[in-house]
Amino acid sequence: MSGGTLLENANPLIFQRSGERPVTLEEEDENFADPIDDREVFDILAVLPTDQVMTPNVLVYAVYPRDAYHTTLHLIRSINDPEHPLSLEELNVVEEMRVHVNDQASTVGVEFTPTIPHCSMATLIGLSIKVKLLRSLPDRFKIDVHITPGTHTAEEAVNKQLADKERVAAALENSHLLEVVNHCLNTKSA
Amino acid sequence: MATDGEVLLGLVEEFVSGQQDSKAAAAARGVKTGQFKILELVEALGLSLTSSQPQTRARGVQLLSEVLRECDSGLSEKEVEVLVAFYENRLKDHYVILPHVLQGIKALTKTPLWPPGLAVSVLRSLFRDIHVQSLMLVERSCVYSILINLMEYKEEELKGLGADFVFGFVQAMDSERDPRNLLLAFQIARNILLRGYELGKFTEELFEVTSGYFPLDFTPPPNNPHGITQEDLIVALRGVLSGTARFAEFLLPLIIEKLDSDVQKAKLDCLQTLEACVSVYSYRELKAFLSGLWASLRREVFQTASEKIEAAGLSALSALSACLSRSVLDSQGDDVLHVFLDLVVQDCQHHLCEPDLKLVWPSAKLLQAAASASYRASHRITSAVLPKLMEQYISETQCAHRRTLLEVLQGFVQPIQSSVPLEGADENVFSAFRESLCNVVFSALSESNSGLQVAACRVLASLCQQPGLLLASDVELAVSHLTRLVLEDGEPQVSMAVLECSRALSFLHTSTFAAIMVPRLKGEIFTEPMAQDDGPSPKALRERCMTALAAVSNQPGVIRESAPVLLEVLASSHTGTGSFAADDALAACRSLQRIVQQAPDVEDTGRFFHDIIIPRLLGLALQAGLWRGVSPPRESPLAEEPVLQALVPVMGMACARLQPQLSAVTAARVVSLFLDGDVSFLLEDGLPSGLQLLRVQHSWSLSQLTCLLMACVCSVPQSVELPQLERLMAELEELSCTSTYPFCYTAASKCFAGLVNKRPAGEALDLLLDRVMGRICSELDHASSSVRLQAFTLLLWVTKALLIRYHPRASVLTDKMFSLLTDRELGPLVADGFSVLMSDPVDVLTRAGHADVRIMYRQRFFTENSAKLVQGFNSAEKEMKPGYLKALSHIVNNLPRQVQLSELPALLPLLLEALSCPDQAVQLSTLSCLHPVLMESLPASTLCLQLEGLVSHLLGLTSSPTMKVRIASLRCLNAVSHFPEHEVIPFRDRVLRALAPPLDDKKRLVRKEAVATRGEWFLLGSPGR
Repeated sequence: MSGGTLLENANPLIFQRSGERPVTLEEEDENFADPIDDREVFDILAVLPTDQVMTPNVLVYAVYPRDAYHTTLHLIRSINDPEHPLSLEELNVVEEMRVHVNDQASTVGVEFTPTIPHCSMATLIGLSIKVKLLRSLPDRFKIDVHITPGTHTAEEAVNKQLADKERVAAALENSHLLEVVNHCLNTKSA
Repeated sequence: MATDGEVLLGLVEEFVSGQQDSKAAAAARGVKTGQFKILELVEALGLSLTSSQPQTRARGVQLLSEVLRECDSGLSEKEVEVLVAFYENRLKDHYVILPHVLQGIKALTKTPLWPPGLAVSVLRSLFRDIHVQSLMLVERSCVYSILINLMEYKEEELKGLGADFVFGFVQAMDSERDPRNLLLAFQIARNILLRGYELGKFTEELFEVTSGYFPLDFTPPPNNPHGITQEDLIVALRGVLSGTARFAEFLLPLIIEKLDSDVQKAKLDCLQTLEACVSVYSYRELKAFLSGLWASLRREVFQTASEKIEAAGLSALSALSACLSRSVLDSQGDDVLHVFLDLVVQDCQHHLCEPDLKLVWPSAKLLQAAASASYRASHRITSAVLPKLMEQYISETQCAHRRTLLEVLQGFVQPIQSSVPLEGADENVFSAFRESLCNVVFSALSESNSGLQVAACRVLASLCQQPGLLLASDVELAVSHLTRLVLEDGEPQVSMAVLECSRALSFLHTSTFAAIMVPRLKGEIFTEPMAQDDGPSPKALRERCMTALAAVSNQPGVIRESAPVLLEVLASSHTGTGSFAADDALAACRSLQRIVQQAPDVEDTGRFFHDIIIPRLLGLALQAGLWRGVSPPRESPLAEEPVLQALVPVMGMACARLQPQLSAVTAARVVSLFLDGDVSFLLEDGLPSGLQLLRVQHSWSLSQLTCLLMACVCSVPQSVELPQLERLMAELEELSCTSTYPFCYTAASKCFAGLVNKRPAGEALDLLLDRVMGRICSELDHASSSVRLQAFTLLLWVTKALLIRYHPRASVLTDKMFSLLTDRELGPLVADGFSVLMSDPVDVLTRAGHADVRIMYRQRFFTENSAKLVQGFNSAEKEMKPGYLKALSHIVNNLPRQVQLSELPALLPLLLEALSCPDQAVQLSTLSCLHPVLMESLPASTLCLQLEGLVSHLLGLTSSPTMKVRIASLRCLNAVSHFPEHEVIPFRDRVLRALAPPLDDKKRLVRKEAVATRGEWFLLGSPGR
């Protein structure tokens, strides 16, 4: 949160957004029940901004242009523009394939991937994801958030913290921490 | 005279010694009215002007200056001479006098009557005796105004001063900081440059003193009292800097240096200034800086983060290239343009060929910008780049990269002025590459990748717009490729691109389309489908063909070929030959409508509509109606309501777009067909004549044709006189009041209303309205009448017809409508009727159909009637209230946003009431009215008082059985969370609790809104929001 940590990963790889989920005919049909699925939970998380935790504020013009120029340009611009921080999806912190939802059993499992193995913000990212899900999913769901195996040096410790209800609750009592988490959950500016 | 003199002396005395400022105005009035002369004033002032007290002298000069300011026009040359000489002398006087002296000179410079030589001498004294920069703001402004005025009237004399004038000015404006004065100073500097004052050895000084402000940075004070923006100053300064080529040697290095700045605005200013400069420069000035400028421009475009800077950089490059294109070849024979462009090509080209296509877009844009400047530039760059691009395309294997290359290619072949030679002698710059370009495009069109196909379509459209580039054979090949793609069942974006391209091409190559694509599509439409198991469904294929037919029909040549195909589809679906169903007939109608809409307004197409389309459609519909009536009835899709409804816009549009004499003929024919059964102009065989179509009420299949009558007679211009109008209207009235088929009486009512709308105001119309209203009212007042519904429908449409033309009777009819809101039988229908009154109908009473529609009739209706509605609501019985709410929500929902925002707060209690109305349509339309108001949150103060009710109602609706209501109420709740925090925070816990169930809604779209809204309410009042 201080200036020093912001530069931890000054030049991340940026991934294309998967775009809006198209609305199907079934979704518009009153009588059809749509189950909560992986994509839906992924979409809740994908848009979360990351500027407080890891957006670089320096970036050279070396981002690999993808398929179409304009997408890339948009991405590059969004880096330089503090009003449009990168999202968790764009940094590949969350991916649809790492979100597992079972509507019937009421369970949600999310694996997230810190941008670099020694990312000091991993706990904070995990906490933000967890809080977002707690606020966005029905009570009946059991929510499990952990780091993608093998992608972080302190994986176990972080996972343990995130799984501990008491510690999550205690963390959210800390107004400074809550401020940072809330900032990550504020999608208005994104 | 003596008294005048005494009066004057009195005034002077009171002003100078008595310190009464108002006396200056009195003196000025005296001079203006001729009571005293200005020189008499000077005499009267005598003692004060020669006093030994500077204060007294100042007071004296002040009086004189103020009088002069008021009466600068009435002076004689002699007076001016004396006064100027006096003031010039005073310039050396005590500093307290100086401000008034300058004011006086400024006042005098407004008259051109200065004797020769005086201006020069005043200026010399001014520059010699006064240190402008130590003056106050107002006095500095005075000096600038004096200069501006003198430059206006005494240009020749000032030029006689030579470079001294420039030097004096430079000294005067040095280190000026006030934005108002700077604007004046920049104006003077620009005049110096543009009007050819001698700069002498002070060129650099003038540049230094002005360029010190570049790039200009100015933030106006918060309320910006003088209204001067940074942009004003930038433009003024740019006018100076780009005013002369003699600044080039100083300015260009400065621009190159300042482009390094980190401030985005400064960069932008530099680039725009560069663009402005090079338009006056020639090669001579640019020579030394070309490589430096290019390096900076390239860097800016390659590395920029802002589209503005990129655009500015590109247009600066384009201007640079245009400037070099103007230069004459020098004696060594080196073409400077070529030298520069080679530099550009050399730096950019390799990016186009890099395997990973990094930087391909910025490079391409730079090259295109340079090429766009002139024919020569375009030629040079095209011949260097195009072969490489195409080579790269051919050798590239990845589809994504090939598509990027095609998109780059399209940028190059886009039709712009410079690719066309000025004289006829040179050929199009792309001519040399015609064959290979065509090969690339056609091979891409044959690929299976949709991205490639889309890109190729765009390139093809661009190529075709290059005049004189493609050969007839190329166009033919292109058209067959497009035809093939139409027939293929491609992805939606490919189909769209293909249609887009076909549309563009058919404008230019009408005959090729008429000869190749139309017959081919026709063949496909009429081919009997093979076995059902393989290939796309024949229905979808036919629909694609018909859409494509409509898309390419934008010129008479194609329309004459394509419209008959569609008519034939209708005819064979009517007769049952071929395997056409009602869907195909509908598709044909849609395509015909499209054609009629986009047809050019020329005699030829009007004649075609008149001769072929209108009679044919009427004939088919009539025959279909007759077939239904015989026994055993013969089925035809054209007798079905949806198809007839689809025919209405075709007929309406076709009639509305006819030339006046043709539309008169058509209208007369149609009227005689419906009144007297005159079938002579119809092309179908075996139609009985003498059939009175408006009187065959037993046969609904014939009387529903009234909708076609409506389409025709309600779309002709108001100037066209319809024959037998009285009889027609009487029969329509009869039909609308007696028919028992909803489709028939609605069409008859609409038709009647359409005619009422166009009838000129006057006695005839009033009588007609009296008669109709009498009939309507008598039917409506009889609770037992069987045709109350019919009478109401007629009332509704006539009201609409009068309402939109501001007819005074409209209010009577509207009141009738309001009174019907409490009708037990008709109430709900009446409430819905208000949506007809407030919305724009598509088939009748349209502006396109030449109806008399006044602007803002909705606002007018709302202002006139909202009070009645509220009053009616308050006095109505409980079970009648929903009707009022429904009417209100229809009215409000159709109002323009701005009116809604200003009017809604007053209606809020009623709208909240409407939220609790059980009708879901009312809930939905009320929520959609509320949402923008809540988003605006401007009238928050009024809303806040109602917040409790609002939140409760909204929360209640989140469990509505209708999905759309749930979504809309969640959106409104989301908007409420952005209200002032202290107002909404008391509701936070309650809302969060209530929003938990919607998170588990069975519909995903509802959950999505619930997640967003709940998230916002969670953030409310917690840190980090």
